[in-house]
Amino acid sequence: MAVNVDLTTIWAFIIAFGIFAYVVMDGFDLGIGILFPTFNPGSGRDRAMNSIAPVWDGNETWLVLGGGGLFAAFPLAYAVILPATYPLIIAMLLGLVFRGVAFEFRWRDPSHRKAWDFAFTGGSFVAAMAQGMTLGALLQGIEVVDRAYAGSWWDWLTPYTLLTGLGTVAGYALLGATWLVWKLDGDAQVHARTMGKRAAWATLLLIGSVSMYNLALNAEYASRWLSAPEIYFAAPVPILTGVVALALLRALATERHSKPFWLSIALFFLGMAGLGVTMWPYVVPPGITIWDAAAPERSQIFMLIGVAITMPLIIGYTAWAYWVFRGKVADEGYH
Amino acid sequence: MFDQADALLLARIQFAFTVSFHFIFPAFSIGLASYLAVLEGLWLKTGEAKYLDLFKYWLKIFAIVFAMGVVSGIVMSYQFGTNWSVFSDLAGPVIGPLMAYEVLTAFFLEAGFLGVMLFGMEKVGRKLHFLATLMVALGTCVSAFWILSVNSWMQTPVGFEMAASGQFLPGESWWDIVFNPSFPYRLVHTVIAAYLTTAFVVGAVGAWHLLKDRTNQHARTMFSMAMWMAALVAPLQIVAGDMHGLNTLEHQPAKVMAMEGHYESHPDGAPLYLFGIPDDDAQRLDYAVGIPNLSSLILKHSLDAPLAGLDTIPREDQPPVSIIFWSFRIMVGIGFAMLGIGAWSLLARMRGKLSEWRWLHRAALLMGPSGFVAVIAGWVTTEVGRQPWVIYGLLRTADAASPLAAPAIGASLLAFVVIYFAVFGAGTWYILRLMKSPPHTGEFGVKRGSKGPMRAAGITPGPTQNPGRDPDTLPRDKEEANDGS
Ligand code: HDD
Ligand code: HEM
Ligand code: HEM
Repeated sequence: MAVNVDLTTIWAFIIAFGIFAYVVMDGFDLGIGILFPTFNPGSGRDRAMNSIAPVWDGNETWLVLGGGGLFAAFPLAYAVILPATYPLIIAMLLGLVFRGVAFEFRWRDPSHRKAWDFAFTGGSFVAAMAQGMTLGALLQGIEVVDRAYAGSWWDWLTPYTLLTGLGTVAGYALLGATWLVWKLDGDAQVHARTMGKRAAWATLLLIGSVSMYNLALNAEYASRWLSAPEIYFAAPVPILTGVVALALLRALATERHSKPFWLSIALFFLGMAGLGVTMWPYVVPPGITIWDAAAPERSQIFMLIGVAITMPLIIGYTAWAYWVFRGKVADEGYH
Repeated sequence: MFDQADALLLARIQFAFTVSFHFIFPAFSIGLASYLAVLEGLWLKTGEAKYLDLFKYWLKIFAIVFAMGVVSGIVMSYQFGTNWSVFSDLAGPVIGPLMAYEVLTAFFLEAGFLGVMLFGMEKVGRKLHFLATLMVALGTCVSAFWILSVNSWMQTPVGFEMAASGQFLPGESWWDIVFNPSFPYRLVHTVIAAYLTTAFVVGAVGAWHLLKDRTNQHARTMFSMAMWMAALVAPLQIVAGDMHGLNTLEHQPAKVMAMEGHYESHPDGAPLYLFGIPDDDAQRLDYAVGIPNLSSLILKHSLDAPLAGLDTIPREDQPPVSIIFWSFRIMVGIGFAMLGIGAWSLLARMRGKLSEWRWLHRAALLMGPSGFVAVIAGWVTTEVGRQPWVIYGLLRTADAASPLAAPAIGASLLAFVVIYFAVFGAGTWYILRLMKSPPHTGEFGVKRGSKGPMRAAGITPGPTQNPGRDPDTLPRDKEEANDGS
C-alpha cells in the first residue's frame, strides 16, 4: 500500500475531508429529520428544528464541495459515478429539496405544518438512504467501458446497497440524537438519549454486517484486511471501533452534554478510515484509480491555491457561526 | 418506445427546466440581499426605525427565496454529471476549478453568514450583524461572478489546449479562461438584471400597499427606493445589453442573425424586424414588419453596412430561430417598458406626486413579475442561441450527453416537474402572503413573523430591535397563538 504523496493524493485527501465534513455535519441534520416524528409535535419538534435552523445551509454546502470538488479534481469519476447511480442521485436531490424548504415552510403555514413535518422527515430519510446506497453501489463496483458508464440503470439496486443505505440512515440518526442530547434539556433530552441508544445499536449492527459483506464481496478487499502487511495498517480500525462503541454506549446512559456526539463522530471517522483502506487507490472500483481520473496538474494547482487560502477562513467563520448559536435551545427565549 | 435521440431531447428539457427554475431565485436573491444590506446600512446610519422595519419585512421573504435558491441550486451542481457526463469528463479540467472556486468563495460565505443574518440580530452586536448581511450580499455576487464565467467560457472558449483524448486542458493562463471575451458583458448584464428584477418586485409591493393606503410611510419609502432603481438602472441595462449584443456579433454571429431574424444576407443595409413569424424549414421570416437599415445602424453604426445572414451558415450549425427571435423581443420589450416606468416615476417625483399617482402605482404593480420574464427570456436567447453547440464551435450538445436510457431521464424529468411546481408553488404562495400584509412599525424578523424559527436559549429580543411591538402583529391565528406559548 504505497502512498505516493503527489498532488493527486493530496486531492484525494481533500475530497475525502469534504465528504467526511458533509457526512458528519449534514448527517446530524438529516438524522434529526429521520427522528423528527418521534418528538412531540409541540416544543420538542420546534426545539429540535431550531437547533439546526441557523447552520443547516452551511452544512449542506459541504455536499456541493464534495460534488463540485469531484467534478474539478476527478472529472472522470464524476462523469462515471453520476450516470451509474442516476436514480439514487435524483432521489437524493429531491429529498434534499423537501428537507430544505421544510425549515422555512413549516413556520409560514401552521395549518399545513403536519405536511411539512412529514416532508422534512421523508426528505431526510430518502436523502440518507440514497447517499448510503450510492456508497454501496460504488463499493460493489461500476462497469466502465471507454471512459463511460456501461451498465444498466438498475445495477445499483442489490441487497448489499440496501444494507449500506440502512447503515447510513442508522448512523445519521445516531448523530442527530447525540446532537440533540447536547442541545436540548429536560424530557426532550431524555427522549433523545433513548433514541441515541437505539440508533447506536442499529448502527453497530449494520456496520458489522456491511464489513463482513465487504470481505465476501470482493477478494481484493478481503486481502487488504486479512493478509500481511496490510493487516498492520488495517487492524487498528476495528479495534478502535470497538473501544469507541463501548464508550459511546456508556456515555449515552447518562451524559447531558456533548460527549456522545463527539464519540459518534469518532465512530464515523473510523468508518471513513476503514473505507479508505478498502478502496485505496481506486476512486471508482474496480477499474479507475485516482490517477486515472485526476484532472491535469494545472487544474490541481490552481484549485489547491484556492483551498489553501479559503479553507482556513471557511472553517473560521463556520466555527464562529456555531459559537454564536451555542448553548441549549430552549423555547422560552423568544416569548 | 424511446431511442437515443429522445434521451438527448429529454436531457435537454430536464436541464433547461431545472436551471430556469433555479435562476428565478438567484435573480431575486442577488438583488434582495443587496437591498437588505442597503436598508440595514441606512438604519445604522440614520437610526430611523422605518428602515429596520423594512429590513425585517423583506428578510422574511428573503429567507424563503434563499432556501428555494439553495435547494434548486444543489440540483444544478449534479445535473452536469447526471445529464452531461461526456461534457463533464471533457470540460471538467477547465470549468471544474471555476465551479470549485464558486463553492469556496461564494457558497460557503453565503451559507456561513446566513444563519447569523436571519436569526442572529439579538445574539451579536449591530455591527457584526451588518457584517453578516454584507457577507451574504457579497456571496451572491461572487457566486454570479464564477458561474457566469463558466457559462461564458462555454460561449466563447479560449485559453485551453486540446488533449489527444479530446479533453479540454487549461492553458498557460487561468486569467484568460476566467475573463473570456463574453464574460464581462454577461456579468454586468446579468447582475443588473437581478437588481432590476428585485426593484420591480419591491416597487410592486410598495405600489400595492399605496393603492390600499396612500399614507403608509413604509410603502412610500419602499416605492420611492424601487423607482430610483428603475429610473437609474433601466437605461444602464439597455446600454449594457447593446454592448453585449455587439460582443455577441463578434463572437457568435449566428446567434445575432437568429435574434434579428436575418435568414438572408443584406449586402446594403439590413432592416430591424419588429415582428415576423420565423419559418426555419423554409428559412424565411413571414409577415415581416421592419424598419429599413436600422439593424445595420445598431450593429454596425452605419445605415448601409452589409450584414451577413443565416444563408452563410450551414444548416446543421444554425440555432433554432423561432425561439430566439421571440425570446429576444420579449426581453427587449420589457427593458423598454422598465425604462418607461422609470421615466414616469421621475416625472411624478418632480411634481411631488410619487405617492399619489394611482395609474403609476397600477402600472408598477403590473410590472412586478416582469423582471423574471425578462431574465428567463434573456437566458433562453443566450442558451438556445448557442445551439447546436454546448462548447461553442467545439463540442456539440448531441455529443455531450450521458449514456442514459430515455425512460430514466423521462421519469426523473416528470418527478422534477411535479415536485418543483408543488414545492416552489407553495413557497411562492407563502411569499405572496407575506407581501400582502402591509409593512408597519415594529415589524418582526424571521423568527417571529408568524412564529418563525427562533434561536438558542436564554436570549430575549433586545428592546432596540423590536421597538413598539404592536398588538396587530401578535399571532392572530388560533393555532399559532396556542402553539408553544
Ligand atoms: C447569476 C447567478 C447564478 C446563476 C447563473 C446560477 N446560480 Fe446557482 N446560485 C446563485 C447564483 C446563480 C446564488 C445567488 O448564489 C444562489 C441563489 C440563492 C442562493 O442560495 O445562492 C445560488 C445557489 C446555488 C447552489 C446552492 C448553494 C448553497 O448551498 O448555498 C448551487 C449548488 C448552485 N447555485 C449551482 C448552480 C449551477 C450548477 C448553475 C448553472 C447551471 C447555477 N447555480 C446558476
Ligand atoms: C441561470 C440561467 C440559465 C438559464 C435560464 C439557462 C437555460 C438554458 C436552456 C433553456 C438551455 C437549453 C437550450 C437548448 O437545449 O435548446 C440550456 C442549455 C445549457 N446550459 Fe444553460 N441556462 C442558464 C445558465 C447556465 C449556466 C450558468 C451554465 C453553465 C455553467 C449552463 C450550462 C448549460 C449547458 C451545459 C447546456 C447544454 C445542454 C442543452 O443544450 O440543453 N447554463 N440552458
Ligand atoms: C432593451 C434592452 C436589452 C437589450 C438590448 C438586451 C440585450 C441582450 C443580448 C444581446 C443578450 C444575449 C447575449 C448573448 O448573446 O449571449 C441578452 C441576454 C440576457 N438578458 Fe438582455 N437585453 C436587454 C434588456 C434586458 C432586461 C430588462 C433584462 C432583465 C431584467 C435582461 C436580462 C438578460 C439576461 C439574464 C440574459 C442572459 C445572460 C446574458 O447572456 O447576459 N435583458 N440581453
